[in-house]
Amino acid sequence: MSSVSKTSGAVPVLLPPFGLGASLRRIGALVRRYMYLLRSSGIRLVELIYWPFLQMLTWGFLQKYLAGTTSPLVQAAGVLIGGVLLWDILFRSKIGFSTTFIEEMWSRNLGNLLTSPLHPFELVAALSVWSVTRLAVSMIPVAVAAYFIFGFNLLDLGAALVAFFVVLVLTSWSLGLLSAGVILRYGLGAEELAWSLAFILLPLSCVYYPVSVLPDWLRPISLALPPTHVFEGMRSILLHGVFDVNELWWALGLNAIYLTVGYLAFRWFLQSARVNGTLLQLGE
Amino acid sequence: MDERVTTQDLAETVPVAVRDLTKVYGTVTAVNHITFSLKPRTTVALLGGNGAGKTTTIAMLLGLVVPTSGEVRVFGTDMARSRYQAAQRLNFQSPYVDLPMRLTVRQNLTVYAGLYGVANAEERIAFLAQDLQITALLDRATGKLSAGQKTRVGLAKALLNAPELLLLDEPTASLDPDTADWVRQKLKEYAQTRRAMILFASHNMAEVERLADRVILLDAGRILEDESPRALIKTYGRETLEEVFLDVVRGRARRERNEVPGAREAS
Repeated sequence: MSSVSKTSGAVPVLLPPFGLGASLRRIGALVRRYMYLLRSSGIRLVELIYWPFLQMLTWGFLQKYLAGTTSPLVQAAGVLIGGVLLWDILFRSKIGFSTTFIEEMWSRNLGNLLTSPLHPFELVAALSVWSVTRLAVSMIPVAVAAYFIFGFNLLDLGAALVAFFVVLVLTSWSLGLLSAGVILRYGLGAEELAWSLAFILLPLSCVYYPVSVLPDWLRPISLALPPTHVFEGMRSILLHGVFDVNELWWALGLNAIYLTVGYLAFRWFLQSARVNGTLLQLGE
Repeated sequence: MDERVTTQDLAETVPVAVRDLTKVYGTVTAVNHITFSLKPRTTVALLGGNGAGKTTTIAMLLGLVVPTSGEVRVFGTDMARSRYQAAQRLNFQSPYVDLPMRLTVRQNLTVYAGLYGVANAEERIAFLAQDLQITALLDRATGKLSAGQKTRVGLAKALLNAPELLLLDEPTASLDPDTADWVRQKLKEYAQTRRAMILFASHNMAEVERLADRVILLDAGRILEDESPRALIKTYGRETLEEVFLDVVRGRARRERNEVPGAREAS
């Protein structure tokens, strides 16, 4: 290498690798990588909005049709379209987390990342930040469209909307951590899990119907899931104009448990991958 | 050159110390009780056939694979337990690990500069781009580069933090002879100017002869030889390192010299 002065870049000026600043810098670097990726493909951007938009249209028209029937329940409020939009917050956030992680495996970049000074919690933080960013890109235009097409204003949920959003996103991260861990350990063969894991919550968390519909033995399972309290809360607001704060505390408490379990599972699978040598297939 | 490692060595008297290292996957022993150390400013080749344990050894040095037994210390850090203490002081490149294809070269290097904590990222990238002749490629998608160009970009990523220890897995695999020669020259220059240690895995004898001060010859996870290329050639009475390699892996030399495989590493 030719000798050039320090300011020319011949010698890197290295910042301390430890501490909050260093962690934030590495999280920022990863988020920037995800941003570059999204910017590199207009199709990805369109795809982010396309599916939730189709969902919203389908359920919105169904809602409109049912509103012409005699059912007082569906006439009361936009419970179906509200359920769709809130479910999509959970589902899109989970997909955002998982897809972004799988992207590192598809691009065979994980070996580079995991040999850099990046800590696992920083990777998780970057994935979490990016899942919310993707969610905003995905859901804000769809929520606006729902207002103009069907007159459904998500903001009618008021302050509870923020709480619902937080609960659903936290649940999505727990699921994302679990599926990322399994993929780390078992490779892309377990990719299907990343796509399908959230769907187990669809019937159990009562997105489109109240918990009372479920058989007695299934209700405790349903109530042990944070999203159930969100969807019950949404129906309570839209149908009765009442928001039960206890539902929210239950959901947040459950989320704390699931997030802890999700992160510990992720760390366990990562360590297991290190032991089993599945992190880096260098060709042997 | 017998690089026996003592407990004292493991306490950062030598920058890289590997002691009695073993990795077993199920019923397969990939690395079998190997011991060696790296001294500052040395370039060492891990030479061996497919499945000899080269890549697993490098992966354990990087902290990507946890040893079954034994110990790896890099700059005094136990890589199986706390690799983060040393991570900023090393880097690696492998043709089997890619940079994200959709990102441009500049974007990839910027991201990794952030991960390695390079404050003068823009200047550093510009310098490396000029030095590795990739300036014209900086704004092209990484996935659209040729193998030779990707290797140079991968090398730029590996040199971003000017690592004191550079680990390379087959640094010139799938490159044409001209590009391979150019890469070797760059590595040699880097080792000299940075006074860095380089440990590289290779099948390429010409590469090993040109770059390495020392060769660790692996077979079935064991160290069979640990000498300078010249000393190996002399010891085996051969003309080239390739002839030595063939002697060793085919067991001829062991029979002639009445040696037991793996006898060397039991230090």
